[in-house]
Amino acid sequence: MPRSITTDDVAHVARLARLQLSQEELTRFTQQLAAVLDHARDVESLDTTGVVPTAHALPLVNVLRDDVVTPSLDRATVLAEAPEVEDHRFRVPKILGDSQ
Amino acid sequence: MSTEPVVPAPSSGWETVIGLEVHCELRTQTKLFCGCRNSFGEEPNTNVCPVCLGLPGSLPVLNRAAVEYAIRIGAALHSTVQASMFHRKNYFYPDMPKDYQISQYDVPINAGGWLTLPGGRRIGIVRAHLEEDTGKTTHVGGGGRIHEATRSLVDYNRAGVPLVEIVSAPDMRSADEARAYVDELRAILVATGASDGKMEEGSLRVDANVSVRPAGSEEFGTRCEIKNMNSLRSLGRAVDYEVSRQIQLIESGGVVSQETRHWDEGAGRTASMRSKEEAYDYRYFPEPDLVPVDPPEEWVASIKASLPPMPSERRERIAEMSGLPAGSEAVVTVVRLGLDDLVEAVGAQGADTKSVGGASPAVAAIAVKRAANEVASDLAGAANLERSSFAKLVRMESSGQLTSAQARTVLKSMLEAGGDPEVIAEGLGFEAMESGGLEAIVDDVIAAHPEEWARYSEGEDKLAGFFIGHVKQATQGKADLKSASALLRSRR
Amino acid sequence: MTAAFGVVSISASVRSGEVRALDVLDAHLEVVASHEAGVHAFNEVTAEQARVAASMIDGIVAGGGDPGPLAGVPIALKDNLCTAGTPTTCSSKILQGWHPPYDATVVQRLAAAGAVFVGKTNLDEFAMGSSTENSAFGPTRNPHDQTRVPGGSSGGSAAAVAAGFAAGALGSDTGGSIRQPAALCGVVGAKPTYGLVSRYGLIAFASSLDQVGPFAMSVADAAALLDVISGPDPMDSTCLGEATARSASRLGSGVEGLRIGLITEMQGAEGMADDVKARLALAADALSGAGAKVDQVSVPAVTFGLSAYYLIAPAEASSNLARYDGVRYGLRAPGSADITDMYLRSRSAGFGDEVKRRIMLGTYALSAGYYDAYYGQAQKVRTLIVKDFAAAYENFDVLLSPTAPSTAFEIGAKSADPLTMYLNDVFTIPSNLAGHPAVSVPFGVGDDGMPIGVQVLAPALAEPLMFQVAEVLESLAPPAPLSASRRSLRALGAPADRGAAL
Repeated sequence: MPRSITTDDVAHVARLARLQLSQEELTRFTQQLAAVLDHARDVESLDTTGVVPTAHALPLVNVLRDDVVTPSLDRATVLAEAPEVEDHRFRVPKILGDSQ
Repeated sequence: MSTEPVVPAPSSGWETVIGLEVHCELRTQTKLFCGCRNSFGEEPNTNVCPVCLGLPGSLPVLNRAAVEYAIRIGAALHSTVQASMFHRKNYFYPDMPKDYQISQYDVPINAGGWLTLPGGRRIGIVRAHLEEDTGKTTHVGGGGRIHEATRSLVDYNRAGVPLVEIVSAPDMRSADEARAYVDELRAILVATGASDGKMEEGSLRVDANVSVRPAGSEEFGTRCEIKNMNSLRSLGRAVDYEVSRQIQLIESGGVVSQETRHWDEGAGRTASMRSKEEAYDYRYFPEPDLVPVDPPEEWVASIKASLPPMPSERRERIAEMSGLPAGSEAVVTVVRLGLDDLVEAVGAQGADTKSVGGASPAVAAIAVKRAANEVASDLAGAANLERSSFAKLVRMESSGQLTSAQARTVLKSMLEAGGDPEVIAEGLGFEAMESGGLEAIVDDVIAAHPEEWARYSEGEDKLAGFFIGHVKQATQGKADLKSASALLRSRR
Repeated sequence: MTAAFGVVSISASVRSGEVRALDVLDAHLEVVASHEAGVHAFNEVTAEQARVAASMIDGIVAGGGDPGPLAGVPIALKDNLCTAGTPTTCSSKILQGWHPPYDATVVQRLAAAGAVFVGKTNLDEFAMGSSTENSAFGPTRNPHDQTRVPGGSSGGSAAAVAAGFAAGALGSDTGGSIRQPAALCGVVGAKPTYGLVSRYGLIAFASSLDQVGPFAMSVADAAALLDVISGPDPMDSTCLGEATARSASRLGSGVEGLRIGLITEMQGAEGMADDVKARLALAADALSGAGAKVDQVSVPAVTFGLSAYYLIAPAEASSNLARYDGVRYGLRAPGSADITDMYLRSRSAGFGDEVKRRIMLGTYALSAGYYDAYYGQAQKVRTLIVKDFAAAYENFDVLLSPTAPSTAFEIGAKSADPLTMYLNDVFTIPSNLAGHPAVSVPFGVGDDGMPIGVQVLAPALAEPLMFQVAEVLESLAPPAPLSASRRSLRALGAPADRGAAL
């Protein structure tokens, strides 16, 4: 199990998750996350060699749909929910660089 | 913005290593995970629904046809079609409605494989996996350049369109080879029916991983990923530029840093795309909204059985029929343009026994050349061309009834306005030799010179000129000498 | 009297024409009018739409038609289920004002069965919490004692049923979010087998664990609701493709000869109250007295459930909640300089602290370098839990445990310490990790007079057996008072001039 989580780690994941934290929040969240992660350390004591991870409790495989067109949404309805619209498109502030 | 000048690639000392990632939009009716229409060029945000808009509560359901196309592609690339699953690739970008992309990660549907370039070189395929496309972002203000834009507009019609990403091994060694690979891959994708192959509409998109290393080195250099090349020409230019940039950088004591670079077609150079602070951490994990895909063997087998011959097989067949090398320009052109059936038509008409496709190699070779030259340069006219008329024309040329120059003229006329080659030839006043006339003359000449014929038959090739001279004399120069040579060889 | 306001009895009376759906609805709306201000079970009461729906039901009955198995039954919907045209908020500022363009599959099914929707109920923001205090719109209060929490995250749904605002409700359960509030509010709450009920239109918290389920005043009513909402759905790839036995199919069969296992690891757990322990023992004795064979059984891996859960659920949540970015719908912070600034400011303003904590926890658990240690290891623990349950079910038909470690606690008592709050789910989480069904049945009150629940756990798709046992448990439970507001539900007059009360 890795070392305890630090304020740097929390600042890093907050950035990855696009959350802005004040200094006070950073300190508080770090303490709280550390407590949860310390508790979670008990999974470390389990011997899981050879154990296959379970992503899903389901026995399903090959759930496929036919390639048949179904109605799309009305554009006006869709755009009515948007914070900003221009030229029938969703408008966003300028993009710096490429996040991909 | 970098301003590195383009320098010519040094002729020696460095080896270029290229691997390509090709994103191919699949020609399904609907998107990968919802029933919205998969269609290019529609009014913005009209082909959208809760699923492809990533609305809260919506869930993806996998399109069977997309899986089938993926398997077709895998089968055509000699991949192992295997049980696979989907992962989420997490990153924020406004063209991605869920702010994660559903893609395949460590267990793709197609693993391994290869394709064969016309020149015969085999390029390895690492994987060909399914994933969803993003929406389209338009940068507005500041002349449309991303760096100077004041805002961006997003259209989600493309979001969720099914893609197969084909990742090659780093097996290519030059820009030309990279282009040949994309050309070949495109032909394969079109042949499978999975793609329309249109780079200009973005249904085929190419990213290049480019690195250089000292010639003879076993280790790879640091690579850069080049994006935004929308034609084979820009792929070639971008790779050449990037190779020069990297070599110049290293030779001047610098270090290539692994990064994504954007090809600027207008400026003719690549530029770094990303601010350095952003880490590559996609936090992949198994997509819990989908279940694994494990195509039953019978399904895979029936898909494989339904595939038409791939370009390399077709080139092999044309080569075998005509005796021309599979990598020769004429054969490559015939297959690229899908003119195989013209060549086959000649065989279907003929009665030459024991020859591949029913025509002798000499006759088939004439068909290949006519298809690769005259027909290829007037593809619109090819619609006027009856298969049987083309075959007839080739027979007239091979039998010496028309010289090659005359045959070309007749063919051009046929491409313009259709018609029967015999009628056209007569109309043009080409003095027709009797059908089979050339063959009779060649046989006469052979019969008249048994001693020379015996020597020629035993391999004294220079005697061909002797016989051709006699044929020329006997026909008063009207014979098509190439046909005569071919006849001569066929009788040896 | 309570039965008269039950799911099954209301629909029977409405279908027979004995009472009008509109009268049933009005009776409940009167209680809403008098008590909702104190309880705050709803984010939105949809009285007008409900009246229209109830009138339509009455019209169908009057015309001799069949309005369906839930005819005129007033139902409350957790506000993380999409309702076309009606705001769906997840009790989050980030979704405030969002109108979904579609109905969740479960909502469609209830409507088609003749249910009448009273409103959208409060929850812990994005279903993250065990007290319904983490709502952007203020906490819900326990109808039995308004100084206490109703449990969570489906606290609004549990409170709505306990308070007499609705005959039944839907909630969602990711780690106990139906069963724990059911226990704390003294109602029945069931989490079905993963895949039995469609998740289409349920706003995701942790996709591999989330499941929609019913709240009701009785086991039979909960089973009746579940039978309407369950079944295959082509819109959800993780929904089982074949119909299964009706959940209510074994009701009334008793427990004679059934083997019931008391989970050893769930009797002495951290922070478990003595009165809860005592009620569990009483329940075991009662079942034994009814002819069941009750024994101790060890399911060792369940003790790691909480840890595994708090790695898996936040990991999935961190990805599921990425889409709330201010681009297409919901909150956008104004005046941002660039897209990243807009993301940062919108998400920071739109999400509450608990949601932020779990997003960061999940992001950390998935991030490069920690995946194997956290997420990967947790998924293996999940395998072990499934395995240990399978071993237990070789010798037992169903298992028994407390639902929650204590009765409802005071509002604010645990909100400062996330980990203490998380411990509320210690008995309910293993069923989510295994994908198995479980139901909480009221079983008397604690020393403080507040309701206590006992949990019946069953193997995958064994809902009929689970409800069979739960119903017996219900019949043997010590008396527990109804909430004051539910007691205030007035007797229903028959339609027109017939004066007989139900």
